[in-house]
Amino acid sequence: MPPTYQDLLASARDEVPEIQVNDLAPLLEGPDAPLVVDVRETSEWDEGNIPGSVHVPRGFLESRIAGVARPGQPIVVSCAAGQRSLLAARTLREMGFTDVSSLAGGFTRWKQSGHPVRVPRTLSPAQRSRYSRHVLIPEVGEEGQLRLLDAKVLLIGAGGLGSPAAFYLAAAGVGTLGLVDDDVVDASNLQRQIIHATDRVGMLKGESAKVAIQALNPDVQVNVHPFRVTRDNVLDLLSEYDLIVDGADNFPTRYLLNDAALMTRTPLVHASILRFEGHASVFLPYEGPCYRCIFPEPPPPDLAPSCGEAGVLGVLCGVMGNIQANEAIKVLLGIGDPLAGRLMIYDALGMTFTELKVRRDPDCPACGPNAQLELRDYEAWCAGVGRHEHAGAAA
Amino acid sequence: MSTLTPTAPRQETPSMPVTVRIPSPLRPLTGGASSVACGAGTVREVIDQLEAAHPGFQERIMKDGALRRFVNVFVAGQDVRFAEGIDTVVADGQEVTILPAVAGG
Repeated sequence: MPPTYQDLLASARDEVPEIQVNDLAPLLEGPDAPLVVDVRETSEWDEGNIPGSVHVPRGFLESRIAGVARPGQPIVVSCAAGQRSLLAARTLREMGFTDVSSLAGGFTRWKQSGHPVRVPRTLSPAQRSRYSRHVLIPEVGEEGQLRLLDAKVLLIGAGGLGSPAAFYLAAAGVGTLGLVDDDVVDASNLQRQIIHATDRVGMLKGESAKVAIQALNPDVQVNVHPFRVTRDNVLDLLSEYDLIVDGADNFPTRYLLNDAALMTRTPLVHASILRFEGHASVFLPYEGPCYRCIFPEPPPPDLAPSCGEAGVLGVLCGVMGNIQANEAIKVLLGIGDPLAGRLMIYDALGMTFTELKVRRDPDCPACGPNAQLELRDYEAWCAGVGRHEHAGAAA
Repeated sequence: MSTLTPTAPRQETPSMPVTVRIPSPLRPLTGGASSVACGAGTVREVIDQLEAAHPGFQERIMKDGALRRFVNVFVAGQDVRFAEGIDTVVADGQEVTILPAVAGG
């Protein structure tokens, strides 16, 4: 007569040693902690599991165990009540894993005995649907999406660059977006600042952007910072965020952000635009060059007209702002090759991308080994440099 | 038929001009051109050619015989500050990029 389920369990129990939850708990604290392999189904695992354990559903045990355990390693197999784990442990022993035991009473007894339980964070069903195209990408996946939801990005300017960057970061589910802008929406902004709308002309840009972001993705917390970044508020502001997207429209703010990003070691995603041309780079503090390694001084005003003076193609803002959003997501997820140590020039007229290699300057006054970094009066400094150079140019 | 007809004797490969990318703020000096062709040489010689063709160019990017601090010049994607500076050689066909900081956002 073929063996019944009870017979199978009994024979497995003869072969596989069992360990009690109260004996396992102290072992997990020690230096030679066994690997706990939880063979329950995903829905069971999601409701809670033993801290440090790894999840290999029973149906995938044979095919996946080699990825998580070595044959001689001490392994404790666990399930809900200690039965599936006995059968799974026997299979592992047949596969050459020599030091395998089964957790008596399983996770149920572990939890009832008051041992710590880890409840993994997961996407809600609505989030699984909303972010399904991200979750499908191996480099992002559910874990990456959760990381984005935890991430806090500060956008300097809710204008030409900040509008598309904030919009896409919000769509991507970056959980907290800070918008620094003291300006209000003007009709002349709408040719490029797509996060705003005609019926919000006159509204603070941060508030207007918040309306659009909340309509797009209610997962996103929007912090409106309706003021200019100054040396008095910048460090407090940056301390709340993981990454800066610099879409400022003036040199003093850009130099201030660079120096403050170094001080707080906050990655800074840079872009700047004029007419048909955009620049982009990523400044990873003390890993790659900073803004001042590349541009130790700002140019004089006649060489650096603003978009308000010289104009800018609206679509260019979209391209460059989205390059910033793209780089921000890569840095937050730790994937790909960020645009660090490289400066990209996009020429919308010629439709060319030119990549320049930029390096850390050993004499950089901001991030060099002998730099004495302190926040200064950037307005006065930029104006002074500008006047000096302008006089030189006119001479 | 024409494909079989002997063509004119082969010329020496003509030298490829150097292409200088002109940033937006300097384009008024080049009549709006976003790039200008020059002969090979050093960066200094390339700037001399630009100055000859577009008077006023040199003083916008150079001062006292050196590049201004707010101007970066790249030859084939490499910053000349980390090469031979203004004496960096620009070979046939290479691209020179003049890069001043842009603040717009």
